[in-house]
Amino acid sequence: MSGGKKKKGMSLTGKRAVVGLLFISPWIVGFLAFYVRSFIMTIQFALSEVTVNAGVGGYTLKFNGLENFIYEFTKHPRFPQTLVTSLQDILIDVPLIVFFSLFMALLLNKKFPGRTLVRAIFFIPVIMNADAIVSAIEMARSAMMGGVSATSAAIAESSGSGVNMDYYLALFKELALPDSLLDYVVGAIGRINDIISASGVQIVIFIAALQSIPSSLYEVAKIEGATGYETFWKVTFPMVLPHIITNIVYTVVDSFTSSQIVEMAYDTAYKDQMWGLSSAMSFTTTVIVCLILGVVCGLIQKRTFYYN
Amino acid sequence: MQLVQNYKAKFQAMKDDKQFANDRRKAVRISKKVILGLFKAVVLIGISYMILSPLIGMISNSFFSDNDVYNPMVYLFPVEGTLERYTTSIKVMSYGKVLFNTLLYDLTLMAVQLLICSLVGYGFARFNFPFKKVFFACVVVMIVLPMNTIMLPLYMTFRNFGPFGNLLSTPVPMYIMTALGCGLRSGLYIYIFNQFFRGLPKEIEEAAFVDGAGMFYTYSRIMLVNAMPSVITVSIFSLVWQYNDSFYARMFTISANILLSKKIGSLSDTVANSYQINDPTILQLYTYAGIILLVIPVLLIYVLLQRKFIEGVERSGIVG
Repeated sequence: MSGGKKKKGMSLTGKRAVVGLLFISPWIVGFLAFYVRSFIMTIQFALSEVTVNAGVGGYTLKFNGLENFIYEFTKHPRFPQTLVTSLQDILIDVPLIVFFSLFMALLLNKKFPGRTLVRAIFFIPVIMNADAIVSAIEMARSAMMGGVSATSAAIAESSGSGVNMDYYLALFKELALPDSLLDYVVGAIGRINDIISASGVQIVIFIAALQSIPSSLYEVAKIEGATGYETFWKVTFPMVLPHIITNIVYTVVDSFTSSQIVEMAYDTAYKDQMWGLSSAMSFTTTVIVCLILGVVCGLIQKRTFYYN
Repeated sequence: MQLVQNYKAKFQAMKDDKQFANDRRKAVRISKKVILGLFKAVVLIGISYMILSPLIGMISNSFFSDNDVYNPMVYLFPVEGTLERYTTSIKVMSYGKVLFNTLLYDLTLMAVQLLICSLVGYGFARFNFPFKKVFFACVVVMIVLPMNTIMLPLYMTFRNFGPFGNLLSTPVPMYIMTALGCGLRSGLYIYIFNQFFRGLPKEIEEAAFVDGAGMFYTYSRIMLVNAMPSVITVSIFSLVWQYNDSFYARMFTISANILLSKKIGSLSDTVANSYQINDPTILQLYTYAGIILLVIPVLLIYVLLQRKFIEGVERSGIVG
């Protein structure tokens, strides 16, 4: 109330608006200071031809309108294709990861012997996926190239999925399941390693979400005679729904920032020195991903129950 | 015929017997429980194995001696086990000192992240002000934007930071950015806090307001306590990601003496130079030992923090 008390004449809504702005003010300052500048720069770069002045340093911009955008969609050899495959991968992965992590969180939330240990194990991918560790392992591997040893073989062996798919595939083909469904499931099983290692964060978020459901709701459900199945759909799922949105946002962003299209934009800038084109690519992809997130979250948010 | 009659009568008696019916129901319940438990155990153990398998290889290899590496008979269990990889790695990285510095750096940043992101998240969750939707869209853009697009402007900002001059190669830029809600993945934390605060019942807040609590007091003493799971989640993530961050560390050229993650990258080169080891297969083992030394502290912190999940619930049960 510190800020609000002086403004006696204001209505409560007005006061609350001021206090709300006070609460988010640190972020507004930071956003203006660090992000807006880079947005402007990215858009500027995207709309012009950038030439780096060799020797002197710095760069010159020559405005060329939508040239970069037209180029990336009509003339670039790989951009449209990579964009579509990257988006496709994201759309396939997201539901799998979200449901897998919700399922795992439900399992890990219950009391059972050794829960602390299992939770710690499920957290390991979050640590191991960090770029510091990944790059250290990659460096060690690349130094190994050519040298044959028991160690690298053992690790290569253990990181493969090692599932004999053909047998099961033939089995289900005979049941006349539709091919597209089969492909999806088979693809999911083949990438189970990736899915597990990509869902560590989501599991932690879901566990926190499950923990924050008031136990009184479960008591009521039990007294009213709801079965476990009903309790899940009528209590757990609606209460977890807001955090499903969080996890969708995180999963989309996570798979987007590690996708080929971002890599391509990076390479275009730092390898091919085409800064303008790279900025145009980053801009396009960021806008597309934001749109996807907006649509998906909007759809779910409508069905979500909030207290205000 | 008599026999069938007999059996039928016996069967009817069994059906009428309350004790038997109860026993049967109990048996069904127990067997259901056992089967479900078994299914759960199989799933959990299987997935745990998949997660652990690369790590198991690393751990066992890090104990291999030079002879073990080239001995085709050795698998997972070293014959001439050695701790030399660890002692050397600890010495080369000056592990104790650097770990202390790293944790100091990460924990202070974590505290700042918690404070700022929860404030901002609360602001978004519970107050209405003009352009709220636009601001929140900006938070989402902040999460989505790949870091390398804002790398250049950030670098230039801190190379020439007003009257303070060049702030690069110190940890100061990281503190400034985090304090202004733009640190490592701050956008995501704001989002998480926002979702958790929105899920809390409004009545608690109104009761506090009626009792005369100020807005800031309500936030710190009532909302934050009730949203304990989110506080734990964010502290875990901010600690782990900060601990493993190499992007900001490289961009701001922060000294390797306060960043363990940076030491890992140069570990095998340092060992190669100071001990004259040129075999990449052997050098790899030092990297593995280093990675395990890097992972253990965070894993321990996670285990300690996640216990708080349960306490948080018990506390919120009283208040909510």
